[in-house]
Amino acid sequence: MANTKKKSATSTKKPKNFLAAPINKTLSKEEKLDLYRTIVGIRRFEERSLRAYNQGKIGGFLHLYIGQEAVASGIVSLMEEHDHIITAYRDHGHALAVGMTMNECMAEMYGKYTGCSKGKGGSMHFFAPDKNYWGGHGIVAGQTPLGAGLAFALKYKGLKGCALAFLGDGAVNQGSFMETLNLVSLWNIPVVFVIENNGYSMGTSLKRSSAEENLAHRADGFDIEWEVCDGHDVFEVREVANRAMKRAREELKPFLLEIRTYRYRGHSVADANHEKYRTKEEIEEYKRTKDPVNLIKSQLLADGTLTEDLAKKIDQEKKDEAEASAKFAEESPYAPREEIQTDVYWEVDNDADNKLKGTYFFND
Amino acid sequence: MPLITYREAIKQALDEEIQRDENVCIMGEEVAQYNGAYKVTEGLWEKHGDKRLIDTPISEAAFSGMAIGASMLGIRPVVEMMFMSFSYVAIDQLFNNASFCRYMSGGLMNVPIVVRGPANGGTNVGATHSHTPENMVANHPGLKVVCPSNAYDAKGLMKAAIRDNDPVFVMENTLLYGEKWEVPEEEYIVELGVANILKEGTDLTIVSHGRCAMLSLEAAKTLEEAHGISVEVVDLRSIRPLDEETILNSVKKTGRALLVEENKPYCGVDAQISHLIQLKAFDYLDAPVHRVSAIDAPQIYAKPLEDWQIPNQERIIAGALKIFG
Repeated sequence: MANTKKKSATSTKKPKNFLAAPINKTLSKEEKLDLYRTIVGIRRFEERSLRAYNQGKIGGFLHLYIGQEAVASGIVSLMEEHDHIITAYRDHGHALAVGMTMNECMAEMYGKYTGCSKGKGGSMHFFAPDKNYWGGHGIVAGQTPLGAGLAFALKYKGLKGCALAFLGDGAVNQGSFMETLNLVSLWNIPVVFVIENNGYSMGTSLKRSSAEENLAHRADGFDIEWEVCDGHDVFEVREVANRAMKRAREELKPFLLEIRTYRYRGHSVADANHEKYRTKEEIEEYKRTKDPVNLIKSQLLADGTLTEDLAKKIDQEKKDEAEASAKFAEESPYAPREEIQTDVYWEVDNDADNKLKGTYFFND
Repeated sequence: MPLITYREAIKQALDEEIQRDENVCIMGEEVAQYNGAYKVTEGLWEKHGDKRLIDTPISEAAFSGMAIGASMLGIRPVVEMMFMSFSYVAIDQLFNNASFCRYMSGGLMNVPIVVRGPANGGTNVGATHSHTPENMVANHPGLKVVCPSNAYDAKGLMKAAIRDNDPVFVMENTLLYGEKWEVPEEEYIVELGVANILKEGTDLTIVSHGRCAMLSLEAAKTLEEAHGISVEVVDLRSIRPLDEETILNSVKKTGRALLVEENKPYCGVDAQISHLIQLKAFDYLDAPVHRVSAIDAPQIYAKPLEDWQIPNQERIIAGALKIFG
């Protein structure tokens, strides 16, 4: 049985070789390289989208995942057939990890017709139901009951799986999340909540926003099991998340996972203050010691999976792929104006026989 | 044809749909073991069990959101709001997620849920429990909303709503739950987007919905008998989608329109209907379009005053007579 014993969130962890953990030891060379490709791919994609944003090609908000790549990559790599995933607005990493293409994601941010949502959702609203990815949600914590609902459906249908509902450290203070914690515990819903704790809810540090800084402890109030781990080592993420996901699938129990991570950029690119509410040194220190890309690279170099040449090659491939996605987005058309009023109602979109009665849209 | 209550008609619809489709389940506060706060689901838990009738804690945001998430994977939850007023604590779920997920995904998903419960005043419970938010729902493309005025429509619209692949709000009325109408035993559906002419007439069209449609029907009889005015009463049944054709045909025939609703007047449903009539039947009008709505203030508690605040016979008749100057 999986070890679900509660751990103290404040204990200083001894450095551990998570690559040697059972769930990681069985990874093939190709699977490890895939993890590396995903993590590098997210980094290069985000860097390229930042450039596009600064060039004025991407509008609205751009919430970058740089620094947090190992969290989504690690957890998605554990997903099974009936597992589902949902997250908030910092959603590019999860999208790429489930296998969405850079092209459809970049084009969505450009607002183009070739985007994953035809340019109707934007950066915060990526979806790929065919890959069990249910968004991409813009309102803090609003996705958490939806994630519970996905898990509710699995249980209702008797399917063995779990739902992964990601949220940030700011979302824990929303009522909808706390209501949902109570419900999933009461009803034994197989959902794993993953708090990606990057230390800042927009510009407000954890200390200034949460009375109990050990966010996972909130699970105790709802009789839910929890664990805390660091988010820069993808193999640590996998090791810990695997226990939570297994428990959810096999015992139909919710789990609260708090993963301590860090974002290098602001809350969104429009957050010009991000070097004011925290120090440059803090950011540099994390980059120097805990960068998820550097860490997996050194681990895979050490175990012989990766060579410097191969690392360079993969890095170049991902840069090229990101560059190509920007070109693809640039050259893609916007949706025709008629598309403004499609995808509003399923029944209207599927009314081939013209059977629907009444007026659905009210422009003169 | 059996005479049954509005409450019983809704229960029959729920019961039949639960039996028809294994993915239909009902969730809400007190819907199962307590038999429903207004006894709409009475007996259904005993008959169908825990899986299909789900009692929730008082957490509208969480259980509405869960219903939406579950519907993405093919479950068809019918969510009861003990009062539609309580949907206000779940606005992000209902008015962002249920309404816009399909759109923001470029049509990759749909949200087949029903949100049902009473949305009316006139019950002496004050402002927080007396909302009529059909206008608010209708203002969100992606959502649909119906307001049955009688038992026949309540059953037929409820079944249509449950089978619909989009989120549908069914606005019920506690003052109608105990009223009886004829409802056939054989199965039927009342399609969304089809209005009902409750009574034909030639001098004035009253357009209304929900319980106000029934009040208008009574008022129409008085107007005819006491004032010699022949009134046609159009019951919208469905607010979005809206049966514009029936409204316009009637107004073109009578040349006059009185719009009656329990909504507060500003940006109420009838503001939209009024616009529609002036735009598409302007040349047919013999008088300006008039409205009788709730008196524009938060719902008052005191019973005699509340009875005056929401439309009643006296106010509807006075509104109609004003049109004839």
